[in-house]
Amino acid sequence: MSYSPHTFSLNGENGAGAQTLDVSLGPQHPSTHGVFRMNVRMEGETIVKLQPVFGYLHRNHEKLAEHNSWLGSMPYTDRLDYICPITNNWSYAVAVEKLAGIEVPERAEYIRVIVGELTRLQNHTAFLGFIIGDMGGWGSALMYAFREREKILDLFEGLTGARMMVNYMRFGGVRCDLPAGWLEKARAYVETYPAFLDEMEQLLTGNEILLARLQGVAPVTPERAINGGFSGPVLRASGVDYDIRKVDGYGVYNRLSFRVPRGTVGDCFDRFMIRLLEMRESIRILQQAFAQIPATGPFVNPAVKQRGFKPPVGEAYGRIETPKGELGFHLISEGGEKPYRYHIRPPSLINLTLLEEMCLGTKIADVMVILGSIDIVLGEVDR
Amino acid sequence: MTALTPASVLSRINAALPEARVELLNNPSPSGQHSLIIHPGDALQVAEFLKNDPELLLDYASNVSGVDYPDHLEAVYHLFSIANKQGPITLRMRTADRAANVTLPSLTPVWKSADFQEREAFDLFGIRFEGHPDLRRLLMWEEFADHPMRKDYKAPEDYEYEPTPHGAIVQKAQQQASASSAHGATASSHSTNA
Repeated sequence: MSYSPHTFSLNGENGAGAQTLDVSLGPQHPSTHGVFRMNVRMEGETIVKLQPVFGYLHRNHEKLAEHNSWLGSMPYTDRLDYICPITNNWSYAVAVEKLAGIEVPERAEYIRVIVGELTRLQNHTAFLGFIIGDMGGWGSALMYAFREREKILDLFEGLTGARMMVNYMRFGGVRCDLPAGWLEKARAYVETYPAFLDEMEQLLTGNEILLARLQGVAPVTPERAINGGFSGPVLRASGVDYDIRKVDGYGVYNRLSFRVPRGTVGDCFDRFMIRLLEMRESIRILQQAFAQIPATGPFVNPAVKQRGFKPPVGEAYGRIETPKGELGFHLISEGGEKPYRYHIRPPSLINLTLLEEMCLGTKIADVMVILGSIDIVLGEVDR
Repeated sequence: MTALTPASVLSRINAALPEARVELLNNPSPSGQHSLIIHPGDALQVAEFLKNDPELLLDYASNVSGVDYPDHLEAVYHLFSIANKQGPITLRMRTADRAANVTLPSLTPVWKSADFQEREAFDLFGIRFEGHPDLRRLLMWEEFADHPMRKDYKAPEDYEYEPTPHGAIVQKAQQQASASSAHGATASSHSTNA
């Protein structure tokens, strides 16, 4: 039997002129950001079909939480989007506070905003490194990004005792007050950030290869972005003015002045630039929060009994704007020590809804860049 | 613009679609997020109306969650209006029971964002969404028979599957296997649905 390259096909159609090839991308290609698989059908190098396959990191987080006390799930939320554990904590705390009608003291709200915006800085910085890696530029950009991210993680370690698995929020506040000198350290560090961003922008945004790989790739219209459930930076990159920090005004965001950057084309380049612009705004928010935070006051609502916490009967949906998008918790309480239902709305999963649509007609090499431009973490996709 | 409430949405639905069966469900929690229970037969029509009505414009189905109750399953949708910056409006649909009649209409044709989330509710709760373009399991593997988020789901003792000739785990697993084959009728009614 002779081998003919013209009829070679794996599980594909062998029609005249059609050379389809099915490739299983993943689950462990380094650029896939974790154990994520895509079944891709190509004609030549052009994508004609793409099916994402989920579940490699599934541990049924929601079931675990239904067997756990309300507070006991707080450290589990760290493991959702493990790049940004603090904002996961925050979203869960916001949902429980809605469910039980808990007030949060002012100082705690400012602490939350400060650690939340630091989280956004380090997530978006890491994103810059990752997306360059997706384009094949492994190493340098990621090392620049991780150098800065590590300094923010040092701040988190000084505050919570852990770089990543922080378990920091509590219902009605945070677990511990800022240690002496932490605020000054954080303020001094944030002052250095614009210079780092200038350096990154100078190295990246004018780069001819980067422009060629990002501009015009996989544009998404605002209508599709809304209907497809995009949230966070990818939604705003499509030109939709929607930031939950502005819309819901949770925490003390309505006292802080900041702008909401938006894209115009909705392509990969807009999704890239939006992160750079958001970091500039995060720095503004941080500077205002450092100036406004009350010097004293409780860091947690003393009326809330954290252990053995029992919210009243009912349900609530709470959400915040995490660096990846809208992270929401849908909680149903029957008045007991455990949630009756604990559901997570994971932005990383739902932002992938349009992945196939975005990839159809592009080349195989662009798939990694498109996936990278969405910015997912598999701990949250699979839960 | 005044804030949308489930009551105002309900009166708007009643005015436009008088034959649609929609009820208000009170939520005693301080969150005050009351919800609208929609009869599955009218759900698609109501959903189209909610999305396109110029005063409501609930264009964003943010969250879909399944819920398991002792006598029925529920699909809960949290809707927002990005155009008018309103929400959440909570929609619920209920199945007739938990075994044979677990079909609800899929709202994915209206809001694409429900696609993966309805697949997840199908996978973990066993709610069948009729009209979904691609209703497959999302997180569990295809050969998996049960729906792990149901309250009566029992995790197998030998899920770290590695048959060994000794050990209490294997013994427990065998006991459980013989017990479940005795209850084969109920177990298989799930899998034939799936």
